[in-house]
Amino acid sequence: MTRAKGIIWTRVALIVGAVGLIELLCRLGVIKPLTMIAPSQMAFELVRMIASGELTAPAAYTFTEVGTAFAVSVVAGGGLGALVHAHPRLRRALDPLVASWYAVPFFVFYPLLVALFGLNALPLIAIGVIFAAPAMMLSTLAGLDRVPRVMRKVARVHRLSRAQEARLITLPSAAPHLFTGLKLAFAYSFIGIIAGEFILSGGGLGYGIAYAYESFENRRMYALMLFVLLIATGVNGALHVWDGRLARRLGQT
Amino acid sequence: MSAGDEQVAHATLRGVTRVYPGITPVHALGPLDLDLARGEFFSVVGPSGCGKSTLLDVLAGLSPPTAGSVRFEGRPVMGEVPDGIGVVFQEDASLPWLTVRDNVAFGLRRAGTEPAETARRVAYAIAFMGLDDFADAYPAQLSGGMRQRVCIGRTLVLQPRLILLDEPFGALDQQTRLLMGDELLRLWRETGSTVLLITHALDEAALLSDRVGVMSARPGQFIDLVSTGWARDRDSRVASDPGFGAITARLWAALRPESIKAMGRPAL
Repeated sequence: MTRAKGIIWTRVALIVGAVGLIELLCRLGVIKPLTMIAPSQMAFELVRMIASGELTAPAAYTFTEVGTAFAVSVVAGGGLGALVHAHPRLRRALDPLVASWYAVPFFVFYPLLVALFGLNALPLIAIGVIFAAPAMMLSTLAGLDRVPRVMRKVARVHRLSRAQEARLITLPSAAPHLFTGLKLAFAYSFIGIIAGEFILSGGGLGYGIAYAYESFENRRMYALMLFVLLIATGVNGALHVWDGRLARRLGQT
Repeated sequence: MSAGDEQVAHATLRGVTRVYPGITPVHALGPLDLDLARGEFFSVVGPSGCGKSTLLDVLAGLSPPTAGSVRFEGRPVMGEVPDGIGVVFQEDASLPWLTVRDNVAFGLRRAGTEPAETARRVAYAIAFMGLDDFADAYPAQLSGGMRQRVCIGRTLVLQPRLILLDEPFGALDQQTRLLMGDELLRLWRETGSTVLLITHALDEAALLSDRVGVMSARPGQFIDLVSTGWARDRDSRVASDPGFGAITARLWAALRPESIKAMGRPAL
């Protein structure tokens, strides 16, 4: 067995072991059903909810919000990163704001966002964007900063236009950092939207979890939590695999 | 100091200076004159920081001269790299997201060359650079010397009439450098291109070149031009020629005081 496979199997064993332990503790009554239900019960309830169609509407609602926030964040954050990179004075002006960005509890602006966008999904999407766009912007900046100067010279030697240079040299050269930006933008969009739904919304998976919690519907709550966990780790895992492939191709591992 | 005859010069620099602006402007280069004859192999040696790479950038059109003029094939070089000039940089400039084949084809595809013609020329360049077994590999899978060969292949495939090389073998071990030098000579002979090689290695300059220009400490000017007199059909074995030691000694005699000056030390 190779070292890499050994690590993967160790990881799987740890997860299976932890889930198995929780299952055992729940089945033995050490963990009370009011505190947590067994993982197998969570899985059964999740399958039941998917089969009955109960999950379709809240999942579609949340995924639409997350997808929209993610797309806007990537475009706006990436565009802003490129703009700031091209204007060093603007960058110096923005530096302290960006550095303290994540210290601000943006949920307090929800009333303002409702006043601006109305009582619909837009305020939550805006919160997702507020969380995710700066991460994309910072990753774009990091990527553009690290394009080697010699690559700019290669572009000039081949007499590329600015658009060709951006497409053929700058973007691929900055790709690893841009990919990190995509990963972070997805994670922050997802976290922002789910947290926002949990406390501020009348729909979506976050709202469903909060509603089930307040109604003491443990099976439903844990099934939804499991679903959110599976989606987050699944997407992150897929992005991680792509990231690894990209890094190996570029010799960055 | 000038060299060559402008009537037959392939590239010329006249009164070229380069000053980098700033709070304390840095006078990096010149004034200097240079004529490169068509088909000549010319090397430039000089102490660190004397403006060798600046000279290459100015000649390539990558950096404008502060004063003076640069001409390539009779036309002024202004603001962009003229068609017919190829540059190989000191740093690894292979494109890590492309295979060797796609790296070598990069310039041809940008120039809109026919796919069949591109494939033919790329295959020849890859074979010429001894990269046949690695055509579908990515640069990350290659050694430093092989990556540099990819960059040379990417330049060669465009069939430039003037090849500018900025310390292309700087990161390689001595044996590989000698072999790469032989490959470069073979390339030069077969293509008939004019070559300007920037190097800090006196033996490399003495071994490869028709002429060697020795530059002073910054601001770089030519303080000596040494003709080697080697036959066109040569390789690294000229290192065993008695004349090789004499050329290297002359280069060092010219360069030593400049290197001491560049280090900021009094003459020993």
